[in-house]
Amino acid sequence: MTAVEAAQGKVSSVRRTAKPSPTQDRKSRGGGALSALAWFIALVFVTPVVWMILTSFHSEPDAATNPPSILAPLTLDGYRNVFGATTGASAWPPLINSLTASVVSTVIVLLLAVPAAYALSIRPVKKWQDVMFFFLSTKMLPAVAGLIPIYLFARQIGALDNISFLVVLYTSMNLPIAVWMLRSFLAELPFEIVEAAQLDGCRLPRMLRSVIIPMATPGIAATALICFIFSWNELLFAKALTGPIAQTAPVFLTSFVTSQGLFLAKVCAASVVVSLPVLIAGFAAQDKLVQGLSLGAVK
Amino acid sequence: MTAVQDAPETVHPAAHAPAISRAEGWRRRAPLMPALIFLIIVTQLPFAATLVLSFLRYEALRPDERGFAGLDNFKAVLTQDALRSSIFTTITLTVTVVLVSLLLGLGIALLLDRSFRGRGIVRTLMITPFLIVPVAAALVWKHAIFNPSYGLLNGTLTWVWSLFGSNDPPQIEWITSGPLLAVEASLIWQWTPFMMLIILAGLQGRPLDVIEAAKMDGANAWQIFRYMTFPHLRKYLELATVLGSIYIVQNFDAVFTITSGGLGTANLPYTIFQLVFLKQDYGQASAAGVVVVLGTIIIATFALRVVSSLFEEENAR
Repeated sequence: MTAVEAAQGKVSSVRRTAKPSPTQDRKSRGGGALSALAWFIALVFVTPVVWMILTSFHSEPDAATNPPSILAPLTLDGYRNVFGATTGASAWPPLINSLTASVVSTVIVLLLAVPAAYALSIRPVKKWQDVMFFFLSTKMLPAVAGLIPIYLFARQIGALDNISFLVVLYTSMNLPIAVWMLRSFLAELPFEIVEAAQLDGCRLPRMLRSVIIPMATPGIAATALICFIFSWNELLFAKALTGPIAQTAPVFLTSFVTSQGLFLAKVCAASVVVSLPVLIAGFAAQDKLVQGLSLGAVK
Repeated sequence: MTAVQDAPETVHPAAHAPAISRAEGWRRRAPLMPALIFLIIVTQLPFAATLVLSFLRYEALRPDERGFAGLDNFKAVLTQDALRSSIFTTITLTVTVVLVSLLLGLGIALLLDRSFRGRGIVRTLMITPFLIVPVAAALVWKHAIFNPSYGLLNGTLTWVWSLFGSNDPPQIEWITSGPLLAVEASLIWQWTPFMMLIILAGLQGRPLDVIEAAKMDGANAWQIFRYMTFPHLRKYLELATVLGSIYIVQNFDAVFTITSGGLGTANLPYTIFQLVFLKQDYGQASAAGVVVVLGTIIIATFALRVVSSLFEEENAR
């Protein structure tokens, strides 16, 4: 911001606050009530999350009281139990499986989707719009309908309980999203630079590496985060295709579905641990979240 | 996009189209091919296989009875009570969750589309439910919120009643008294932020000068919403509806976790999962899968139309 702009901003803000007309006054009072309402709703929506975090730091007896003991002393026991301090399996293997599946599939998605998005925006193929909608239509078909042959095939080739099989599935699940997102990012790149590189005889691999990817880094990063979140969250295929060795973090969580006895703090701690990567990735990609969730349709 | 698409055409309108030689066409297609081929193999083949399986008698537990089943599997899906009711459960669940979270999302987006103190924080807090892993969210709702003896809801009732000196607070069996409602509540909680984000993006793309002019002319808040904001938002509401429907029709996590498909909450994805892994009737499961696909095609056709209209609009800018 230049000094002149800053000064102008200051002048206009002074002008705005200097003389509150009666109508503005009334509006701001109604506005105060609406703002309070917005705050109230946000707090209601965030309460389960706060409750989950608070409970995860309580001891098991304090976690399961009625009425709730909000001010009970805090402890890390829940987290110690999640990582196998007392009984049961540690959360580390499933977390590492999830990390492998999500990161590897995201990398493959980008390797496939960046060139594809290039061929759909910068030097578009004929009928590129039809190709875009083919990609989208694969996302609309419910994954569960493909589950049976995929399961039977995995069993046939001995790929059950194998994380690389999940990687392939997660790649196909996220590829359409990535192509749509990346196309909208690449389409915004300044055409002159791309054209100049083309005139200099820049071939595709170098074009992608030294022109497109550096310019589109923020978009590619946002795409990667969205793909990571979707892979990390996936339950159905992971539940159907993995066993004790390759189980992912969401599958690990399902072991708490029918728990009995004192286990609430441990459940909450496990939920916090498993959700933490998604929360971090989600807040990091906050600005691009809408674009990703709407498959690039909304900017 | 406009620049990329139109630039060559406006320079050489006639020369451009035939100028793409066959070799150039393939050079353009080459970077697209790996992604396209991969996606066709991994997503289209299984659906074709599902279609074939749905006409077969194929139960793992009865290996000697395999063969062509004709339409028997479909007949079973559409006539057996458990399977038929899972179709209705899917519809009820999807419609309720989408409608309620859409309305809540619209209301909250309108509240957030004004500047006030802490607006950024409120927006961030609102997004948080969507960033909890779905299984984790369902577990927390099941155990920490709905649990009748120590869940947050009954705990709060006990606390409020004790404020008035009562030792006899109502304690509700939340999940058993309203199993589908319990599932819906947790899903609405997770999906309202999604709806809100898309609607908020739509609100922020409104032509503000026109609205300012309408205010000058004495239009009231309702008139502005009814005649200016709502028509502009329509496409975004449609988009939020169809995308939400596509995701919620496929929901498995919440049903599996909160009720394990019991008490009449089994939707089609859960039922298919059960058919595959408990009954091991692959033929019937495939027929149920085909029914889901047919149902989604109706939503998807509508979805593709909505997305393509928004897509054209963005490209025209």
